[in-house]
Amino acid sequence: MRLFAFLAALAFAGAATADAEFTLTIRDHKFEPAELKVPAGQKIKLLVVNEDDSAEEFESHELNREKIVAPKGRITVIVGPLEPGRYPFFGEFHIETAQGALIAE
Amino acid sequence: MFAALLLVFREVLEAALIVTIVLAVTRGVPGRGRWVLAGVAAGVVGAITVALFADGIANAMEGMGQEVFNAGVLLLAVAMLAWHAIWMSQHGRELAAQMKAIGGAVANHTRPPSVLIAVVALAVLREGSEVVLFMYGLSAGGTSSGAQAIGSALGLVAGVAVGALLYFGLLRIPMRHFFTVTNWMVVFLAAGMAGQAANYLVQADYLPALKQKMWDTSWLLTNQSDVGNAMRALVGYDAQPTGIQVAFWIGTAVLIALGMKSLGRAKPAPASRGGVAPEGSPVAPT
Repeated sequence: MRLFAFLAALAFAGAATADAEFTLTIRDHKFEPAELKVPAGQKIKLLVVNEDDSAEEFESHELNREKIVAPKGRITVIVGPLEPGRYPFFGEFHIETAQGALIAE
Repeated sequence: MFAALLLVFREVLEAALIVTIVLAVTRGVPGRGRWVLAGVAAGVVGAITVALFADGIANAMEGMGQEVFNAGVLLLAVAMLAWHAIWMSQHGRELAAQMKAIGGAVANHTRPPSVLIAVVALAVLREGSEVVLFMYGLSAGGTSSGAQAIGSALGLVAGVAVGALLYFGLLRIPMRHFFTVTNWMVVFLAAGMAGQAANYLVQADYLPALKQKMWDTSWLLTNQSDVGNAMRALVGYDAQPTGIQVAFWIGTAVLIALGMKSLGRAKPAPASRGGVAPEGSPVAPT
């Protein structure tokens, strides 16, 4: 019985910390949406989908992330738990247009 | 054009700094230029291969393939650098003495240690794959791709030039301190790489960060600045390191230093250390 309780507790803990998932799309070297609201205080899974024919690098100094997205490829970026605030990110290969931010609240 | 110049410059510089350190620690080894060039060439081939499979790598390991791959490449380089640093602590003194004696060429050492050539190849592979993907994007079209190609070429030249500057700066170090300095640079290089590897594993959610931000020295030197970027490549500088990054940095540096100390002394002390040689021995090098 104790084992069951333990397993149930584990399962519950697993469910409680399940990552929230969000998608960012790169199209014509721009992020869509350019501003993405995410919950603060928990781990977040970002799916970055590149619909362009050229590679991009998803980069954020504030989030301390740097990851290449192949042409027509997709990547997963795990961030957080974040404190409430604005976390800008950009596409390093097309920095003039590929700008965006996560808004954690 | 400037964006391209900056991007290529940064990636090339990071690899060039590592190549520079390898060139410095292999000073006096005959034919090392050719071996290092071979390492660079292997790295370029590797970078193109990695770029070709970028999507496959990214999708491996439940989407965390890129992080795990980067961490693996870094940790492999760390192991090789550690091995070399410990090896040099045993043989560096002899090498320096020999170089002094025969004017800059080491006789009983026909080629540079292959681990260092591998480190060169891994550095070029890691930094180069990004440049390859970027350049491929340029060649795929776009209005300003000509100017961007020129920018990329200038970035490449500038990155190599800064590496060369560091190299000639290092050559000014007096010979009796030279291998001590370069060997410590290898230790810090390895420690910095281990820290970065830890961060990749945090990003992949394989390791806990322990603390997201141990401290913040952005007021002094930001990660984005060129100096900050160069310091990251050389010693693993990070203005906002995670707890585990700091732990890996210190752990790696301490382990290699301990290895150098214990194994470096495991060999019987050479006569010049004073143990065997009679006092005032005329052969004792200064």
